[in-house]
Amino acid sequence: MIAVELFKLVRRVRTWFSIALMCALPLVVAIFIAVTHLAPPPGQGSAFLSAVLDDGQLYPAAALALVLPVFLPVAVAVVAGDSIAGEASTGTLRYLLARPVGRTRLLVAKLISVTTFTLLAVIAVTVTSYATGVLILGPSRAAAVGGGGISGSIAPGDNGLPTAGLQAGAGITSLSGAPLTTLELVERVLGAMAFITVSMLGVAAIAIFLSTLTDSALGAALGALATLVASEVLVTLNAASVVQPYLPTRYWLAWIDFFRQPIFWRDIQRGFGIQAVYVVVFLAAAWANFATRDVTS
Amino acid sequence: MITTRDLTKRFGNVEAVREVSLDVREGDRYGLLGPNGSGKSTLVRMLLGLVYATSGEISVLGHRIPRQASRALPEIGALIEEPAAYPHLSGRANLRLLDAAGPHGARRTRRRRVDDALEQVGLAGIDRRPVRAYSLGMRQRLGLAAALVRRPRLLILDEPTNGLDPRGIRDIRDLLVGLNDEGVTVFLSSHLLPEVSALCTRIGVLDSGMLVLQDQLASLQQPTGRVLISTDDPERAVATLDGLVEHRDGADLVVRSPDPAELNARLVGAGVPVRSLVVQRRSLEEIVLDVTGTGSDQFGVPASEPGGTVKAEPPPSAGGAPARPADAALPASADAGPPASEDREIS
Repeated sequence: MIAVELFKLVRRVRTWFSIALMCALPLVVAIFIAVTHLAPPPGQGSAFLSAVLDDGQLYPAAALALVLPVFLPVAVAVVAGDSIAGEASTGTLRYLLARPVGRTRLLVAKLISVTTFTLLAVIAVTVTSYATGVLILGPSRAAAVGGGGISGSIAPGDNGLPTAGLQAGAGITSLSGAPLTTLELVERVLGAMAFITVSMLGVAAIAIFLSTLTDSALGAALGALATLVASEVLVTLNAASVVQPYLPTRYWLAWIDFFRQPIFWRDIQRGFGIQAVYVVVFLAAAWANFATRDVTS
Repeated sequence: MITTRDLTKRFGNVEAVREVSLDVREGDRYGLLGPNGSGKSTLVRMLLGLVYATSGEISVLGHRIPRQASRALPEIGALIEEPAAYPHLSGRANLRLLDAAGPHGARRTRRRRVDDALEQVGLAGIDRRPVRAYSLGMRQRLGLAAALVRRPRLLILDEPTNGLDPRGIRDIRDLLVGLNDEGVTVFLSSHLLPEVSALCTRIGVLDSGMLVLQDQLASLQQPTGRVLISTDDPERAVATLDGLVEHRDGADLVVRSPDPAELNARLVGAGVPVRSLVVQRRSLEEIVLDVTGTGSDQFGVPASEPGGTVKAEPPPSAGGAPARPADAALPASADAGPPASEDREIS
């Protein structure tokens, strides 16, 4: 069943179209920056963007920061929202269940399929943006580095560590200013990719849950996105600080901590933890609903 | 093969299926009939474990549904209302995908089984077009092929000839009869009486969720004891069959007699030219309309009043109007009942 779901995923035009869109955004941004040499000043704009003029190899990190807030969650919500509701509305759900495919199995296969989609998207963005960075923005120009700092405005501010105005040194530089070897950079990019993929699982689980409630794939996707928007609003609201540690988007930006020296693990671990909770809770809810539901579509 | 006991399904306040106890035996070609909204589809979905019963029991192929559905379903081929497929994939890819999704679909034999099923439904030469480019009839055939891929022991088909042209309908009927001869039990639901009359050996009739009739079609269609005669010389025929003629409409007579051969001999003996002589049987339409009310898509007639506006007239008076769409529209099928050949024209 998992193989079947993956086959369906890779044979959908939508899959590749949405991934292509996600890869296109960083490309467009890179072209503008390369042409104008106007990167956002340190502390403003998307993470890492201020540093990429100095070092094109950092561009994958900047690209991930570009797609993370909107493109990626939208794509994940659409794919996950379609998972059960889409099958229901095309009528294939009843044939899958009568085949028979166990309802629990189907849910798990769908989650795996959505995770694979997220991973594919993250890998595609990383690889294409690395190529973009090196080809368009050029490789590391250590000599030209003056004060290429990394944006601190989007980094979690409560971790007690300095987050802004860090100096870019020779070669590839961590957020904390210490140089990184290429191997370290690769490790950290991989870590960030894994973290971002996991960060999307909470959205995916919410969308899959909503997908079992309705036959409208669009409704499920929009419902999941509404949850995320609400979460983003509350994350920035001081009055909501009580609930902030439990919001699905609270630790989304913790992947930036992979680029500190040494890696700052606390928020990364919490990010993994909160996503695990969301996956367990919403998959359980999805299962409880789906397994007992009459399939009348 | 299929037994239900006091099967009931309520959706909110609506009782879609009410205490249905039906049984389908091995080798049956069972037709489930009933007006729109009478609960046929809900019943079919309950048999397949898609809809959970409110109360009552279901056993299919000896397994309890829904608890043991995973054991029964691999041996069942199903068409559940309309066929459905992934529109961007070809028909073949769809069948392979569905086969790969569940148990009892050996990868080794998949290609051959899929090709066989496509051939059975007349889609052997299908190209790589995506299903979204298929016509309604092709989709229907593909849906039937999907039901046949694993060579099931039991077919549960909801409206199997929906969207097919007359030739398609006959193809599918022949296919189902052929499969039945090989031992496949066929359970189909339909509101198309001619289809059921030509294909099924046993029928059940649902009305407002209740099983109001279940019997062998042949025993439901026993001769009524009347013979329909058409002759060029009705006056002399009436005189010859003095007292037996119940009704006359031009050249057509309704005659009370249990023995059509004797009747024929008397007429021929008296020199009456007999154009046709038919043993009157109740048509399936009369049988079904007799026991059902109006469908849920009709309003303005009290649903509690069985028959409603379309109630069939009782046989004696109906005899005067021998036009019966249910029978007339179809060639006699040798399987419609044991004495089937006898009730056709023997002029």
